[in-house]
Amino acid sequence: MSLELVCPAGTLPALRAAVDHGADAVYIGFRGATNARNFPGLNFSEAEAAAGIAYARERGVRVFVALNIYPSPANWTIATETIDRAARLGVDALILADPGLMRYASDRHPTLRLHLSVQGSATNWRAIEFYRQEFGIQRAVLPRVLSVTQVARLIGRTAVEIEVFGFGSLCVMVEGRCALSSYATGHSPNTQGVCSPAHAVRWEEKPEGRQSRLNGILIDRYAPGEAAGYPTLCKGRFRVNDTVFHALEEPTSLNALDVLPALAASGVKAIKVEGRQRSPAYVGQVTSLLRRALDLCAAAPAADPHAPPPADLLAALDALAEGRTHTLGAYHRPWQ
Amino acid sequence: MTRPMKLAVGPVLYLWERRAALDFYAALCDAPVDIVYLGEVVCSKRRLMQREDWPMVARALEAAGKEVVYSTLALIEAESELATMARIVDAAGAEASGGRFEANDMAAVQYAAGRPFVAGPHLNIYNEATLQLLASRGARRWVAPVELPLATIATLGANRPPGLEIEVFAYGRLPLAFSARCFTARSHNRPKDDCGFICGDYPDGITLYSREDQPFLTLNGIQTQSAAVQNLSREVDALRAAGVDILRLSPQSQGFPAVIDAFRATIDARGAVATFPAPSLPGGYCDGYLRGEAGIDHAE
Repeated sequence: MSLELVCPAGTLPALRAAVDHGADAVYIGFRGATNARNFPGLNFSEAEAAAGIAYARERGVRVFVALNIYPSPANWTIATETIDRAARLGVDALILADPGLMRYASDRHPTLRLHLSVQGSATNWRAIEFYRQEFGIQRAVLPRVLSVTQVARLIGRTAVEIEVFGFGSLCVMVEGRCALSSYATGHSPNTQGVCSPAHAVRWEEKPEGRQSRLNGILIDRYAPGEAAGYPTLCKGRFRVNDTVFHALEEPTSLNALDVLPALAASGVKAIKVEGRQRSPAYVGQVTSLLRRALDLCAAAPAADPHAPPPADLLAALDALAEGRTHTLGAYHRPWQ
Repeated sequence: MTRPMKLAVGPVLYLWERRAALDFYAALCDAPVDIVYLGEVVCSKRRLMQREDWPMVARALEAAGKEVVYSTLALIEAESELATMARIVDAAGAEASGGRFEANDMAAVQYAAGRPFVAGPHLNIYNEATLQLLASRGARRWVAPVELPLATIATLGANRPPGLEIEVFAYGRLPLAFSARCFTARSHNRPKDDCGFICGDYPDGITLYSREDQPFLTLNGIQTQSAAVQNLSREVDALRAAGVDILRLSPQSQGFPAVIDAFRATIDARGAVATFPAPSLPGGYCDGYLRGEAGIDHAE
């Protein structure tokens, strides 16, 4: 069974890059606090989205719109207007997390295809079944917490298509169940579509080294010459008992290449790439590398599922990865 | 005049020795609280309290006039965890006292298929439409997600489905995140599958500090909490005005009876704030979420 490649686009040039380099589908968000990559300079106006959809359609590529925050009463209308806009544009699917918005979308736009966002936090078949029974969702994106075995078992119990993350930054916490960012800064993925937001970041050069702070809280300190990363708060170094280390997670990327054949065999429908905040060049490179990996996987379905992926492919992806290293994350039980 | 606010004791989020847990619940029989949540929310491997202990504890609490609610797991991945959730939902429904369960994952809502439940703090209910939906599927009480500001809670409260109660996490280290990874085992270089129940050594979790020794977070198995204790004792009147019916106090291993007494006195005093015990855990108090600020903030 061939896996569908779902790639991120934060801008029209990134969308074109994904389309040109082999994506089967591209996911985008509208400007404003309605999606999980609410960063300055990112996301689409209605006109840009229309242009992007036209560009993708002409090349046989689908476009999904992500609206994956949990709106408060104050921004409910903005959220429902976003749904109406997506329906008007004729997007191929709407990616939602909030049950109230799902109700709105399925009542108002019954023909609009619904995907449960990773932010919907469904980690078992019964939770997915809730959204299918209530709203007729056709696909669910799984949080990055299940092992390959667990993914396979879940697929055996649900009629809903399953999409999983294949490459990109790694959330160590269950998506949709993490308030660490709002605890430190007041802004969270669930409420504002941001994690460890840039406006709360401060860099300092001190005799002890370069330091990063988030709303005043020291997230990391780097020795001279040590590579410094964005201070996503779960990837900082902290002290637990007497040891200072990456107590929650190292700055590393998820890369599922090693388990692609196993995921394909288990019936996973689509592989998602994280990174709507990334540049068009990055999106193009990652898309073409994963296209190659998926094509190799599809061309040799009977091959040894434990055969390692080509070394040059891994090396090229590592060069693009956060921290320049990768992990299988929860797909690999010992990581847990 | 509205009904008096109730006090609830949340589920114990840590792994306590069986004897310590039994003593804790025995003491609650005589404590001025109205509702007690039982059961395991964080880790399905924790089994120090045995399956038959819980009905015994529940009967004693109910005999003392407390409402008992069985909480269920927040992060459900395995079939065995679904089965445990189903057993708790079925057992709660079978209680003669009209026992309820607390759903902390949509799996429990789906399984309950319309039976009454408490919508726990780990269900993402952020707006009226979602609250209405869950109420129509059996939610009789809503425990607000910890990051919601009071203004949002008040709006949802003003338009609440008939008969729905609202509960707020008013005291304790805030449950902030869940992961597949066990951070407690990891901090001791142990694999999750061979953890040796090391979290049992930390009855209030392990405090995580920044490199300049600011208490920041708490490791509690697969759960990450705040290091600071959220304490809304000074906001009781505002919570009442926002339509909050129940205040949840999250158990800690030391000094908990004094916390209960202080909240009870504050509720009963109506306006006056009772003297509150000094924080017993590193990290002090916080209350920022209520004002829509960073949760770690603490108003002077």
